[in-house]
Amino acid sequence: MASAQTHRLSNGGLVDRSAPLNFRFDGKAFSGFQGDTLASALIANGVKLVGRSFKYHRPRGILTSGSEEPNALVELRTGARREPNTKATTAELYDGLEAASQNRWPSLRHDVMSVNQLFAPIFVAGFYYKTFMWPAKFWEAIYEPAIRRAAGLGRAAGVADPDHYDKAWAHCDVLIAGSGPAGLAAALAAGRSGARVILCEEDFTLGGRLLSDGGTIDGLPAAAWLSKTLDELAAMPDVRITTRTTLFGVYDGGTYGAIERVSDHLPSPPEHQVRQRLWRIVAKRCVVAAGAIERPIVFAGNDTPGVMMASAMRTYVARYAATPAKRIALFTNNEDGWRTVETALGAGLQIAAVIDARPEVSPAHRSLASKGGFPVLHGSVSGVDGGKDGVRKIAVSLTGGSRAEVEADGLAVSGGWNPAVGLTSFHRGRPKWSDDISAFVPDGAPPGMVAVGAANGDFGLGACLSQGFAAGATAAHDTGHNDKAGIAPVADDEAFSLAPLWHVAGKGKAFVDYQHDVTASDIELAQREGFESVEHLKRYTTLGMATDQGKTSNVAGLAIMAAVSGRSIPETGTTIYRPPYVPVAIGAFAGHHRDETFHATRLTPSHHWAVEQGAIFVDTGLWKRAQWYPRAGEKDWLESVTREVKAVRSGVGFCDVSTLGKIDVHGPDAGAFLDRVYINTFSSLAVDKARYGLMLREDGIVYDDGTTSRLAEDHYFLTTTTAKAGLVMQHLEFCRQVLFPELDVQLTSVSDQWAQFSIAGPKTRDLLREIVDPAEDLSNEGFPFMGAREVALRGGLKARLFRISFSGEMAFEISVPARFGDAMARNLMLAGAPFGVTPYGTEALGVMRVEKGHIAGPELSGTTTAADLGLGKMMSTKKDYIGRVMAGREALVAPDRQVVVGIKPVDKARRLRSGAHIIPKGQTPGPGNDQGYVTSVCFSPTLDQWIGLALVERGRERIGEIVHAHDPLRGEDYDVELCNPVFYDPDGGRQRG
Amino acid sequence: MRIVCPFCGERELGEFTYLGDAKPVRPVAGASEDEVFDYVYLRDNVAGATSEYWYHGGGCRAWLKVSRNTLTHEISAVEPAAGAGAAKVGA
Ligand SMILES: [Zn+2]
Repeated sequence: MASAQTHRLSNGGLVDRSAPLNFRFDGKAFSGFQGDTLASALIANGVKLVGRSFKYHRPRGILTSGSEEPNALVELRTGARREPNTKATTAELYDGLEAASQNRWPSLRHDVMSVNQLFAPIFVAGFYYKTFMWPAKFWEAIYEPAIRRAAGLGRAAGVADPDHYDKAWAHCDVLIAGSGPAGLAAALAAGRSGARVILCEEDFTLGGRLLSDGGTIDGLPAAAWLSKTLDELAAMPDVRITTRTTLFGVYDGGTYGAIERVSDHLPSPPEHQVRQRLWRIVAKRCVVAAGAIERPIVFAGNDTPGVMMASAMRTYVARYAATPAKRIALFTNNEDGWRTVETALGAGLQIAAVIDARPEVSPAHRSLASKGGFPVLHGSVSGVDGGKDGVRKIAVSLTGGSRAEVEADGLAVSGGWNPAVGLTSFHRGRPKWSDDISAFVPDGAPPGMVAVGAANGDFGLGACLSQGFAAGATAAHDTGHNDKAGIAPVADDEAFSLAPLWHVAGKGKAFVDYQHDVTASDIELAQREGFESVEHLKRYTTLGMATDQGKTSNVAGLAIMAAVSGRSIPETGTTIYRPPYVPVAIGAFAGHHRDETFHATRLTPSHHWAVEQGAIFVDTGLWKRAQWYPRAGEKDWLESVTREVKAVRSGVGFCDVSTLGKIDVHGPDAGAFLDRVYINTFSSLAVDKARYGLMLREDGIVYDDGTTSRLAEDHYFLTTTTAKAGLVMQHLEFCRQVLFPELDVQLTSVSDQWAQFSIAGPKTRDLLREIVDPAEDLSNEGFPFMGAREVALRGGLKARLFRISFSGEMAFEISVPARFGDAMARNLMLAGAPFGVTPYGTEALGVMRVEKGHIAGPELSGTTTAADLGLGKMMSTKKDYIGRVMAGREALVAPDRQVVVGIKPVDKARRLRSGAHIIPKGQTPGPGNDQGYVTSVCFSPTLDQWIGLALVERGRERIGEIVHAHDPLRGEDYDVELCNPVFYDPDGGRQRG
Repeated sequence: MRIVCPFCGERELGEFTYLGDAKPVRPVAGASEDEVFDYVYLRDNVAGATSEYWYHGGGCRAWLKVSRNTLTHEISAVEPAAGAGAAKVGA
């Protein structure tokens, strides 16, 4: 049975008492209500201890009621959905919620690591740098495991996230961050003017501080005004309000990042619903109404459970009807803190005392004190007596020097408010110091953005409304909308008088950064050791580097640094603000781009046919390509591939080569254009002919290769490698548009428009005659090697036929419109059956190209020149082309370059592996005598042994030399013979036959 | 970041590919090795106004000359490369 909600008020608040929810914390059953956060539900159940601190394992309670929370971090959910470092203050309660505290072992109440406190001297600022420097081996053996065990921030699930994450775009005129009075006023003004508005609210309920602090707007109680305003906004079709959505980043050109927690408030996402959605919002204007964060005062024992921000305490009482304490003391240095006293008294709670650091308290508050029967002590809190069960007694240093003690079970603290300057500072903006509120306020903002209300340092309700409204109206006007905003809502401004107070000297640890356990003395130590710059301070002490990014600690930290270094706070300055404003799951950035959908998948035109054939596929970039077609009884891939190669070399086979990049080059200057991008000449190519071409980068290194055919006087058809298809298109467009705009030429990518098959083997013509219209002359005279032209197929379809060969066999490539690719594959199988046609995959393709000594990706490595590849003779000396001049540089024409050569193992039975290094025979392998490496290998069924290609120093001069192959990765050493890279039919008689 | 393509309108960064400085001009045929070397390798590291080449590969495939401030990322102008679009220069 869940324990009773002992600390729940009997009425009031925004929780739904008709909807009780059961939950477990550290295994213990509790109950709360719909509308609770995990934090408010724990408070309603009297739970004060919720975690242990990172370094010292000190007992910690709930400090805030929002996303700035540094203490109350839990592991939420279980199993694959377990999420560490979840803020109990923003986690919505749902029925069945399970959470566990962090940084404790074996239990939260009895944590053995809290002995760290005894060793506190070694955990001071910079302890990582000082303590663990020597001896080095101690790091791995002792320090690191110990630190990891002791100082974790929760455990990740350790298994794949079962949920989906979405990414979406949105566009609007006016983006508003925050639904407090300023944000709602901005939405009213912009919405009434007809602007397209998106308002993002981090909370699950709209209203911001109105929900906790109330007030009177336009003569109405805040709740009534809120409900009326939300009704008005809901009726505006162009105003879109999203809750549970945090604006976390500001990017160039008015692009914003927001994370929507779509299903985080549910046990698990409903079917077909995502867990979270990452929004990229493009907004012409942005109104930041993100409010302000109340800041702690640093004093000894300020991390005792039961010490809470004053605003959070009244939020728990007013909004959640949950009482963090029965007898509350307030420690404040400003007028706003007193609101907590008013709220607590209104809820029937007892006030033990108010400790006000200011010399004067307003008459209204004096009379409140006398009516409430509690003392007002002028001074500051110098210590807290209490432990894991919370605050018991508070030590007070009174102005004038005497001391006092206050008995209380809760201490509300208000050190003033820091405007949330993150969003306005994400473009390296530095906020400026305002003496009026002793806080940093935005100093300008990225283009199109403006901060209003508390986010701009104006805390009064009236100012929030008027500034928000004015900003909304201006944003609508600036984006071309009418000026029909109407009249701004009106409210009074509360007084805000503050006497700066950052740190109260005293005995015991006084925490600045609760999450990283950084104390005031750590900052003083950093200063003494010379780490005065705020950027050094941050890294040396780790102040502000935890998951809360120092939202409650940064300003206090640099105020203390300013004091000890004798500078002002603005002189001390702030660190650089960077997104994200709140932690965002990597899964949300990835969205659906994970596992099988990590990237798009491209299927060849014959893919479905190949699936039916039982093909094994390989990923080639985005493509799925048939790698081989296993047949029953074949024991491994090698057997299948060997069969396919033999079938091609002795009969006929075909392979889908549609993945090659294909570009149509049109125009009277097409030939001249190709002459400038290839090292060889294409303007001289006869119509109906194909030619192999090689293109360089401007630095003289080989970029890509492929065959180009001239289909008409002003029409060339160019192919690229599969890998470079997109890049070559981009490169050619650059050449056309930027380098040679005077040429009359157009480029069209037709890679996806044509299905292309290589048909190879001595029986190729026999097969083609079954496919091609009998009127077409396919004889050696009628269609010679390197011929290329359009032909009619049986049935009338036009195809492009190219007599080119990658395999070294008599071969053609045939192109048909992509939608006929599937039919073509099936047709080739049918028509080829009498000739024993064999489909072959990329492995057999690769074997035949190695046998033939053709270069491919491994040799086009981005380091090789045309001459390295044995193609130096192709480099025209009669024309300019991309890369020509740089290719002539001394180092690129040096005689000792590594060039392509064939290799054969001396032991004919030996398997070769690519990647092995080539070392002169008889030498000990080392970087000094590394002469190259093996680029491509295959088992050659034709030669019945493994063969390969390698890049070897002066390789072509060393044919016949025995060298050593050294493969440290696989631990293999063997001798190979350097040989002619063309292993098969070196005269080329077969492909010409 | 967003770029206003003269052909397609305002589009997001993901549609574009960055190449680099648009200032160097490819030397004419017959230029010396030193001139070409400078063209290929030498770039100013500008803090401030630059012009750079971007490719609208996710859209119209135009090469664009984008005037951008490297300190503020503000884009002040976008023009198509001389040969972008259908017509040849001078035709
Ligand atoms: Zn475009």
